[in-house]
Amino acid sequence: MSIHDDEILGKAYDSRLMRRLIRYLRPYWGRATLALVAIVAGVAVQLAQPVLVKRAIDDYIARGDLSGVTTIALLYLGTLVGAFVAEFVQTTTLQMVGQRIMYDMRREVYDHLQRLDLAYYDRNPVGRLMTRVTSDVDAINDLFTSGVVSVFGDVLSLAGIIGILIALDWRLALLTFCVLPLILLITQWFRSHVRESYREVRTWVSRLNAFLQENLTGMGTVQLFRREALAYGEFDRVNREHRDANLRSIYYYAVFYPAIELVGATSTALILWFGGGWVLAGTITIGTLVAFIQYAQRFFRPISDMSEKFNLLQAAMASSERLFGLLDTPVTITDPGSGFRVPGSAAGSAAPKPKAKAGGIVVDDVSFAYVPGTDVLKHVSFVVEPGQRIGIVGATGSGKSTLINLLLRFYDVSSGRITIDGTDIREVPLAELRSHFALVLQDVYLFSGTIAGNIRLGRADIPDARVREAAEAVHADPFIRELPQGYDTPVAERGATLSVGQKQLLSFARALAYDPQILVLDEATSSVDTETEILIRDALHVLMEGRTTIAIAHRLSTIQDMDRILVLHRGELRESGTHQELLAMRGIYHRLYELQYQSHGPAPSGGPATSPTIDPVMADEGA
Amino acid sequence: MLAALRRLLPYLGRYRRPILLGLSCAVASNLFTLLTPWLLKYAVDDLTTGVTRQKLALYALGTLAISAAGGVFRYAMRRQIIGASRHIEYDLRNDFFEQLQRFPREYFDRARTGDLMSRASSDLGAVRMMVGPAAMYAVSTGVLAIAATAMMISIHPRLTLLVVTGLPLVSLMVKFFGDAIHDRFQHIQAQLSEISAIAQEALAGVRVVRAYGQEDAERAKFLAANDEYVARNKRLIILQACFYPSMTFGFGLGIVAFLYLGGREVIAGRLTLGEFVAFNGYLGQLAWPLIAFGWVTNLIQRGLASWQRLLDIFDAAPSIVDAPDARPLGTPVRGDIRFRDLTFTYGGGPAVLRDIDLHVPAGSTLAIVGATGSGKSTLVHLLVRLYDPPASSVFIDGRDVREVPLQNLREAVAFVPQETFLFSTSLEENIAFGTRDAEGPARLERVRTAAAIARLDKDVTQFAEGYATRVGERGLTLSGGQKQRTAIARALMTDAPILVFDDALSAVDTYTEEEILTRLRAATADRTTIIVAHRISAVRHADQIIVLEGGHIVERGTHEQLAFAGGPYSDLVRQQQLEAELAVS
Repeated sequence: MSIHDDEILGKAYDSRLMRRLIRYLRPYWGRATLALVAIVAGVAVQLAQPVLVKRAIDDYIARGDLSGVTTIALLYLGTLVGAFVAEFVQTTTLQMVGQRIMYDMRREVYDHLQRLDLAYYDRNPVGRLMTRVTSDVDAINDLFTSGVVSVFGDVLSLAGIIGILIALDWRLALLTFCVLPLILLITQWFRSHVRESYREVRTWVSRLNAFLQENLTGMGTVQLFRREALAYGEFDRVNREHRDANLRSIYYYAVFYPAIELVGATSTALILWFGGGWVLAGTITIGTLVAFIQYAQRFFRPISDMSEKFNLLQAAMASSERLFGLLDTPVTITDPGSGFRVPGSAAGSAAPKPKAKAGGIVVDDVSFAYVPGTDVLKHVSFVVEPGQRIGIVGATGSGKSTLINLLLRFYDVSSGRITIDGTDIREVPLAELRSHFALVLQDVYLFSGTIAGNIRLGRADIPDARVREAAEAVHADPFIRELPQGYDTPVAERGATLSVGQKQLLSFARALAYDPQILVLDEATSSVDTETEILIRDALHVLMEGRTTIAIAHRLSTIQDMDRILVLHRGELRESGTHQELLAMRGIYHRLYELQYQSHGPAPSGGPATSPTIDPVMADEGA
Repeated sequence: MLAALRRLLPYLGRYRRPILLGLSCAVASNLFTLLTPWLLKYAVDDLTTGVTRQKLALYALGTLAISAAGGVFRYAMRRQIIGASRHIEYDLRNDFFEQLQRFPREYFDRARTGDLMSRASSDLGAVRMMVGPAAMYAVSTGVLAIAATAMMISIHPRLTLLVVTGLPLVSLMVKFFGDAIHDRFQHIQAQLSEISAIAQEALAGVRVVRAYGQEDAERAKFLAANDEYVARNKRLIILQACFYPSMTFGFGLGIVAFLYLGGREVIAGRLTLGEFVAFNGYLGQLAWPLIAFGWVTNLIQRGLASWQRLLDIFDAAPSIVDAPDARPLGTPVRGDIRFRDLTFTYGGGPAVLRDIDLHVPAGSTLAIVGATGSGKSTLVHLLVRLYDPPASSVFIDGRDVREVPLQNLREAVAFVPQETFLFSTSLEENIAFGTRDAEGPARLERVRTAAAIARLDKDVTQFAEGYATRVGERGLTLSGGQKQRTAIARALMTDAPILVFDDALSAVDTYTEEEILTRLRAATADRTTIIVAHRISAVRHADQIIVLEGGHIVERGTHEQLAFAGGPYSDLVRQQQLEAELAVS
């Protein structure tokens, strides 16, 4: 799960991305406008407050007009109420719009991920995809709810203050603006350093977390090999770097805030010195002077606020770049005719399956390459009659699993074609095609939910009785019954509490409950004890009954009694026939067989024992 | 609570100098802040009565000087206090990790990594916020609030009373809202991790989802979780929408009261205009402390709760520790192992092992077979004290393992566990994990030798970067067999006199298994070896084989003695031969 490519930050504003982001706002334009109005109103009433104080001093207090003071106080109260309402409206509408947009985006990203080819999943680790669905979408929410809006509010109040100051007294206003370049300079200095140190801190935080995660999970190993002191030393180093990165960042904050205050004080001093002189000369009133000092304080806040928003904008731009990159990835494996369908409207999984289909498969001159130029399958052809049981053997990398990927259209063939009952699989809607298959994988994947839910897998139309029946048929029923809540026992953390063999049996029950015409088995697991293995073998026979079966195996014992065995070698179909026929051929299969059984007790009578040689076929085993 | 706080004192004490210095700076800087409105008061009063340019210049310079001096103290305050809090965080985190290292395997079986991680990050962060920013703001705003109020009283006591009395309500409000917001925020975070979990499941299991046409069902789950997320956010949004404006509103009421009452006093001649302006300035300075009080209270509350959660870990006593009179094994360790009347239960449950009597002479090989759950793994776990055996039941070279220092015991035993854990470093580092050798050609040579015995060498030649290939979570994903062979090489590197393979060949195919075992026999001829296995092929050459059933030794002997004895072992042999002979049927 490389996170480094996710940390590259680009520019803070990109009009192309921004235009596309604004489109998400379209369904909510009414509420967005309301929020905008509320912001303008809020800025206006807040800016009116110092003006009111000035009027109170100059027009009424200085002249001894108490009723005027009362009016001002009431007006001030009015601005308070106004500010309250404006901010309430702004926050609620804006945040809710943000939530809606986030919802829309998550749905869009999720739907697209569900349609994307498996090739995309091969290139992108799940962790990275998760970042898209979670934190990238969050960053864009921040952009809508606080980023853009508060920058807008800041700009607005800045413009308002500038306007008011000029209206009050343009000379004093110019004097106040004198310090602006200083503010910008300090802010710029602060921003660049803080960004740098923030990035540094984040790097160490993630290293700290990664280290901890790894060492907590691997604590047993650390202890067994007495690496405690070394691990502690390493942890101390990362922890120390993390601390020092933080200590460095304190410096910038410690300098920034007092520096900004000092600039503020400079402008107050300027106002006092020059403005005071003008008061003495009678050109301005004391009320104006006091109002100026108050505004000068408010003047600097939006500027430093805006500088903090910069990072947020930058993060949001980077996130949207990545999100749009994902959304723009084309889907190549689609239903025939239609570009693609929204999963919600696709041929529903609960739809009745066309039982009439028999399950005959023809693989006709199929070649395939994951990466153009390096063919993983080369001109493979074979026919599977309905109900026939086929075993596929070959070393890792020989193309066995690829064949299954093509059958279920996880990938499309590079050349040649695959038909099921005479129809090219590219002409069948994906949902329908896959409903003909039940796939049993080497690593059994369990979903959160109950045991029954994992057998039924979202197909609510499979009744409890059928679930139980399926479990019984594959010998899963006894161990399920022994679980605390039987079939309703929740599956904890991907089935951590179940043994490998039990998980395998569950996946068989799942396949049986689906009752497909074609069963696809990818290498039954190897690390189970003999008793469980016998159970599994027996369950397999039940499962294969009356179904077209394609089984991939490393261990020959699992497929010896198949109707036909295909031997793949480096992407080519090299041998085909029954176990006996293949042994008699004395080719690749025979060598594989020799290698697997020569170490066991008596040599089987199937073929004369020859001296075992290390075969090239086995050399790339486990690559 | 006080007791818990006392536990924090040693950490604070280490940094008492910067903390005290920082707090003094906080007080000083705020005293300077108070001077500005005071100066303004004189300036305005002088302006109404007439003043010289020189005096104005003095006021202007005064403003600058006050801000500069205050700034210097504020700078020092932040660096000292926040700096100290980072040091304390560092110390706490180190101690936390060291404490976790003391816990036995049993602890990690029960604890969830995610939970421990959150204690190490967010709880520690909350404690730091309490000893750092919260302390800093509490002191500095406290001083400011008290002093500003005092200044206001000195200007006009009755006005102060009228204007200020209602303001602490703002603090109470901040506290109330802060609590409620925090609470709802937690709910939102929980829902977000729910969304993540659902998405993770659908993405990681994408093949199964598609093969079984589960897209719609998964989508419905995902959208339902998102709906709930929006709903929970809505509850927070409404709270937030009330919170910030009502704070400014509450405070604004004080200003309204002041405008009216203060204005009246000026008109009545009981207050100068300068005093009015200064009073207004002090009132403005109260705003932040009032908000900060509420905020600081929340920080302290959260910090205390988190500190309690950390103390839970610090106070948990590791159950497996060195005995006070522990003595290392004699050198050299011969590797003679004996189990004597060993009966073992996990935390008072049913007995997992019963009446185990067993002697493994130094240099010999013991194989343990039996069904899943028969106690095979437990037996070898007890040898290295992953769990603690009862006293006087497990011995190495005649010494009770409980009386041997853990460090020394585990040095004597190289253990290959069922599940291999690879660290995300190079393959070489992973294999050399148990050695103290410095990196270099000599070590790499030893790594190569160990990898060759474990039959990992051929695989490595196919990796682009050979032994420098990065593996583990953020590197190359090894197959189950490759992982196990790495673990075997790792164990071989240690030169420990005792080797234990806890079902460590299960993911390796039969052929490679045989190869490994043959090489191992040569390499470990003089070492005591214990092999836990399922397959006959892995155990047949052992000097002694025991069959476990329900925690009992039901059979013992050599392969030749047991294979045709008609007991459970010969059943196993028959079963596995049957498998092979299915070929000819």
